[in-house]
Amino acid sequence: MTNGLLIAVFSLAALAGIAPLLHRVLGRRAAIAMAALPAALFVYFFSFSAAIEEGETFRASLQWIPSLNLAFTLNLDGLSQVFALLITGIGALILIYASAYLGEGEHRGRFYSFLLVFMASMLGLVLSDNIITLFVFWELTSISSYALIGFEHTRDSARKSALQALLVTSGGGLVMLAGLILLAFAGGSWSLSDLAQMGGELPDHALALPALLMIAMGAFTKSAQFPFHFWLPNAMAAPTPVSAYLHSATMVKAGVYLLARLHPALGEVALWTPLLMTFGGSTMLLTAWLALRESDIKRVLAFSTVSALGTLVFLLGLGSSAAIKAAMVFLVGHALYKGALFMLAGGIDHETGTRDLTRLSGLRRAMPITAVAAVLAAISMAGIPPALGFMGKETLYDATLHAGSGAALLAAAALVTGVLTMIAAGYVGLRPFIGPVSETPRHAHQGSPGLWAPPLFLAALGIAFGFLATSLAVRIFEPAVAVVYGQPASVELVFWPGFGTVVVMSVATILVGTVGSIYLHAIRRLVARLTLPERYSTAAAYDALVESLKPISEGHTLLLQSGYLRRYITTILLTTTILVGSLLLFNGGLAAPSGWADARFHEVAIAFMILAAAGMAALTKSRLRAVVALGASGYGVALVYMLFGAPDLAMTQFFVETLTVILFVSVFRHIPTIGQDSPTASRIRDAFIAVAAGAVMTALVWAVLDVPVTDSVSNFYRENSYVLAHGRNVVNTILVDFRGLDTMGEIAVLATAAIGVVALLRLLPGREGRE
Amino acid sequence: MSSLLLRTATRFLITLLLLFSVFLLLRGHNEPGGGFVAGLVAATAVALYATAYDIDAARRLLRFEPGLIAGGGLLLALASGLPGLFAGGGFLTGQWYDLRLGPSGVVSVGTPLFFDIGVFMVVLGATVTAVLWLKEE
Repeated sequence: MTNGLLIAVFSLAALAGIAPLLHRVLGRRAAIAMAALPAALFVYFFSFSAAIEEGETFRASLQWIPSLNLAFTLNLDGLSQVFALLITGIGALILIYASAYLGEGEHRGRFYSFLLVFMASMLGLVLSDNIITLFVFWELTSISSYALIGFEHTRDSARKSALQALLVTSGGGLVMLAGLILLAFAGGSWSLSDLAQMGGELPDHALALPALLMIAMGAFTKSAQFPFHFWLPNAMAAPTPVSAYLHSATMVKAGVYLLARLHPALGEVALWTPLLMTFGGSTMLLTAWLALRESDIKRVLAFSTVSALGTLVFLLGLGSSAAIKAAMVFLVGHALYKGALFMLAGGIDHETGTRDLTRLSGLRRAMPITAVAAVLAAISMAGIPPALGFMGKETLYDATLHAGSGAALLAAAALVTGVLTMIAAGYVGLRPFIGPVSETPRHAHQGSPGLWAPPLFLAALGIAFGFLATSLAVRIFEPAVAVVYGQPASVELVFWPGFGTVVVMSVATILVGTVGSIYLHAIRRLVARLTLPERYSTAAAYDALVESLKPISEGHTLLLQSGYLRRYITTILLTTTILVGSLLLFNGGLAAPSGWADARFHEVAIAFMILAAAGMAALTKSRLRAVVALGASGYGVALVYMLFGAPDLAMTQFFVETLTVILFVSVFRHIPTIGQDSPTASRIRDAFIAVAAGAVMTALVWAVLDVPVTDSVSNFYRENSYVLAHGRNVVNTILVDFRGLDTMGEIAVLATAAIGVVALLRLLPGREGRE
Repeated sequence: MSSLLLRTATRFLITLLLLFSVFLLLRGHNEPGGGFVAGLVAATAVALYATAYDIDAARRLLRFEPGLIAGGGLLLALASGLPGLFAGGGFLTGQWYDLRLGPSGVVSVGTPLFFDIGVFMVVLGATVTAVLWLKEE
């Protein structure tokens, strides 16, 4: 048991809870102070690496709902470790960056709170061993992403993009839930590590294929695979720290993580390879191409992120040990350079006032440090040695070349993507800094250290890891590959693998990419001309779908929510009457009561009093008489409770009736005069409904009387109320002790209803100004 | 409504009603009564006062916003569940403590009493909120 894992997740959640308070006390320094926690967690997770390298895994478990076999189990192995290090390491840098980027302003505390909620849920996601826990964290990341994309909620585009991201990812998540449940049924376990160890049995199960299809749906929407890729570029409406963290380095890789996690369990399903390679491959190529069409730095980066996600899915689909190695190296390399580039893009936006690449050039003098960091990151993105990105690309090429049949085609696709990515790297990482100095909305200057230090650090790591690749490979990559591949595999990362096809491809990429970067404008024109217009895109299909749903929701709202109390009551009465009535009629529940002769005189008298009062309430023309008669029939019912030994109930009924009469009298002048508004036809209809409802209730009570009473429950309370609950009033002990949680729920509802009353009455015309 | 008869009667009735509601609240564990009905009695008293005098007078009588009373009651009920949690039982498990009053008197006080007071406050607060808002119409 390693309870530290639980503390890691919960401490981030707790910090999210107090973030607004910390921000109020410390101001913008709060974020820097808060960065200490993820930084400490990074060190904590790294401290496991020596043991994980030896093949150990660490577990922590908490009982959640034992009766449903649900445990809150966290598991740290090689794969989880890679993600946990990315989440905490980049998370700490993002917090520092965000404090500089956002500065002072409204709702900053709330922003950090959302960001930390995300961090906690993402960490929970990659550590979860239980399928349901994983799903809960998965949805939490979607929800926190929604709040963060829509953070600047006064902007229309931010709200729209936030909703789009939420609908796409949580819609896919819903399908995925069904798939995960099927997977658990197929494997007979809710534990991901159990499922991974099932090896050959699972793929033969009849449910394995539908499970795979549904889970892939969740993974593809989350990781923005074609045709769901459109939400990610739109999510750039979020503040840049969010884009850098959620939408490039961590959250969007959740789909990739899940596929990697399930590779040992489902990798042998026949459809795994074609499915993942088709979607991943087409996403990789298409969005690398589309990236060049954009001119907003963040959107270029977003499309290139989607392309990288496509590459990862593609590699997991390939599934060979070379492909898994490539996926892990590429994953880390991408997180480092893309996180850095996003933060730099935010810095440029912050200091020049624009993100439009056509208006940015010659910034090298004004922003020298940003320029250095951007070039370092671009080197990694372009796949030029000695960066880690170079090794990611080399291993990618290597994996496609060893793919067996169709290797040439796959290698060609990877090569084209590599060239396009390199052109995009030059486009965002080099172009803004060279050439003549351009006019920008704000006078360009080097921003505060918070804006350039975190990305510079990440970009430098991307280069440094290239030199440290050998030790990194053994420490970090090999354990991760072992988890995904299902068996240990050695990872060797070198600059010079010996002359061969891979080297030729790398050299070709760099040469063609360089030429392409020089003729960037011509290529961008070509891309713009060859791309289908916006109305044929899947984004347009999404818009059309959402639009088509509006009349449907409007229609059923009008149908079900008339806003008239009498219609709601009619609906409730009719539904109950028909359902209960048909059950009694067709299932033979009708019973005539016996024992009429035992009735005592005063009981009969009370019954007649209730009947007379009810009849008067229904028939009288006077409002006052109706209200009083209603009260009288209620008091009659309370008398019945009294006679049959339920004093608590009787007392409550008395006071409820009293208050009802008081309320009616208070709003007396708003009650319409009886008989004026309703035509005779509707009065007859109402009478029919009322009589039917009364008849069914009577029949129901008679049917209940016919069932022999079992005393065991009442006897339990009678015997234990004093022993266990220290009270002689059985009703009260049930309310406050035995079933206290129910009462808790009821008073919560009551308090909520009071808020509802205030809210409704405040909406009345002429009441706006009142307290 | 300004009826001298009602006002005079209310002055006596409200004392009796409020005393009765406290009585019901405290005896509820052993005899008929309890937080729910006690809350209703107290709310009736406030409603009667608002009818005899006016709404602002009723608000002054309460001293606190009815919404605050309801919210405070909810918090009190929640808090009364915590000792059970810390004592190793589940949330809301009753905990009882004996209070010694003088040489021979022992009163047993438990967390369910505070839970019941919470219920009382929520019922009073929520009902009075609805009554006063409707009366202002």
